[in-house]
Amino acid sequence: MKLWRYIAKRLLQTVPLLIIVSLISFFIIRLSPIDPLAELRLNPSISQETLDKEIKRLNLDKPIGIQYLSWAKAFIKGDFGYTSAGEKVSTKLKERIPNTLLLTLVVIFMTWSVGIPLGIISAYKKESAFDRLLTVTASIGMAIPSFFFAILMLIFAVKTGWFPVGGLTSYNFNDMSFGNKCVDIIKHLVLPSFVLFTISLSGLQRQMRANMLEVMDSDYIKFARAKGLSEFKVVFKHALRNAVNPMITLLGFEFAGLLSGAALTEYVFQYPGLGRLILEAVMKSDINLVMASLMMGTIMLITGNLIADILLMITDPRIRGVNNGIV
Amino acid sequence: MELFNKIYKDKFAFGAFLVLAFLYLIILFADFIAPYSSLYSNRDMSYAPPSKIYTITEDGRISKPYTYNYIREYEPSLMQTIYKQDRSTKYYIKPFVKGEKYKFLGIIPCDRHLFGVREGGYIYPLGTDINGRDVFSRLLFGGRISMTIGFLSLFIVFPIGLLYGGISGYFGGIIDNIMMRFAEAIMAIPSFYLLIILAAILPSGMTSIQRFCLIIVILALIGWAGFARVIRGMVLSIKNEEFVQAAKTIGASKLRIITKHILPQTTSYVIIALTLSVPSYILAESGLSFLGLGIQQPDASWGNMLKEAQEFTNILYRPWLLIPGLLIFTAVLSFNLLGDAIRDFLDPKSKIR
Repeated sequence: MKLWRYIAKRLLQTVPLLIIVSLISFFIIRLSPIDPLAELRLNPSISQETLDKEIKRLNLDKPIGIQYLSWAKAFIKGDFGYTSAGEKVSTKLKERIPNTLLLTLVVIFMTWSVGIPLGIISAYKKESAFDRLLTVTASIGMAIPSFFFAILMLIFAVKTGWFPVGGLTSYNFNDMSFGNKCVDIIKHLVLPSFVLFTISLSGLQRQMRANMLEVMDSDYIKFARAKGLSEFKVVFKHALRNAVNPMITLLGFEFAGLLSGAALTEYVFQYPGLGRLILEAVMKSDINLVMASLMMGTIMLITGNLIADILLMITDPRIRGVNNGIV
Repeated sequence: MELFNKIYKDKFAFGAFLVLAFLYLIILFADFIAPYSSLYSNRDMSYAPPSKIYTITEDGRISKPYTYNYIREYEPSLMQTIYKQDRSTKYYIKPFVKGEKYKFLGIIPCDRHLFGVREGGYIYPLGTDINGRDVFSRLLFGGRISMTIGFLSLFIVFPIGLLYGGISGYFGGIIDNIMMRFAEAIMAIPSFYLLIILAAILPSGMTSIQRFCLIIVILALIGWAGFARVIRGMVLSIKNEEFVQAAKTIGASKLRIITKHILPQTTSYVIIALTLSVPSYILAESGLSFLGLGIQQPDASWGNMLKEAQEFTNILYRPWLLIPGLLIFTAVLSFNLLGDAIRDFLDPKSKIR
């Protein structure tokens, strides 16, 4: 019951947040010197009448406050407007968001299933050769720029020919059987997800190691050892549970980081995701598309944080008990 | 001093310190060390490979280091231009040769360069780019931008973050509520999305100095919110301490209490956050420039130099174009290692990491 109340409260809190975000981004874009109709104006085959119509349709002749209100009204109704190329923004987003989500979820799954065990091992075997090796690799992983690493991976792909380069599907994707389609997508996912995986793994592994060390140092672990529990039970039953909790909060941050980090990786690999969409939209100064994808990115980020907080509520009884306000 | 001893003992941190000192020294004297100026370009030598430097002559004798010029030829069988060495004239590499004029340290007019070859010869230690510009020289000039932009942004982020967090935490109540909702809203937008949008609205007709300054401001606009939030949390716990009560009783103004009594308490966190956040600014700048939204040609930055490495033919046949990436990596790695050491020193509680 409490959990539901908490979720409802958090959902309500996101409403003002979204309003502020939309205000900030709308005013940044609208007050910028970018002319949303620049492309049309330069096109000699487009008459003044069409231009006027466009101005009316986009409400460009009205004061900026009214423009925002009409945009917001349409947005709530689910009408995101049209891109400058005349496509529906919502169809564009529907194409791209699942791709970005797919990439991000694959990466989160991979980093967690590798990073947590590695963190446990390096904490348990603190200062061993393996731990040192992991420390060094982690520093390297944290320092390498994602786009540089992505380029290196591209070279690797081109030289070996093992992986397809760019995109999410091959040119003959539509003719493939279902099984082949899956294989094709996986093949295209390998390199971008590997790049993001390497970069986010280091942080996760270091954090897990730190948490684990802190927990292993605590009194209740000493007590558990003193009463003669097996090492296995001490580590996996007593220590791990407490060390993983802070990681769940990190999950939200990781999601945010991945959304941002993915943009550059998507760009290098020509991966059809939200990050590349927003980049293309920005380059073409396609305002409707920029606004919509910015809002979608924000909503995804907030949802990610919300899920992490809810998971934390479920796993950590201490948070369930007291103070459900600011987490 | 104690901090320096600590860094000296930690071999990773000391190594990182030396690397950074070396990098900053080199970019400080970039005009002198680079054989060419930042605007030099040789249109006949686009994508020339690195000059090979010989110390043993063809008949097997040891000689002063020398190099050959390249000649560009079209190879019909490969359908591409190739570079061949012109073995007829040797160009000896000499120290302190006369070259293009520049201002040493920005003041003293000078025309000597650290090394070079006599007139008529070219030396490209790391090859050239599409416009026939020397990659080595541009790396040095690009370093000036890439290695300083992070620090300059921090000079904006820290005062804003400190003041914002300080006011929000100290006053509390509705002011705190509004200020924090605003900061959270900034944090809720995926940072890189916000970054590219802000960079894209910069008008195109700016001088390079203006652009450089505005990029600094943009990077700062992204970074201050998270920092302000942490400061607010710290202020919340500090403001109930006795020395703050005492300052209040004496009748110190609120702004004075915040800036003179509360914020100084956060110094060690601020220093840690400072050193640990430099790398993220370096990465953000290079990412932006890589996309073509940051520092623009003809100015060099490590990010926009890497932009050329995106093309397939370049990454396969011209690997020297990847060197800026290695430099970004080295700089970020060094800042991380140094930052870790400083954190361990100032905040021993986190020594466990």
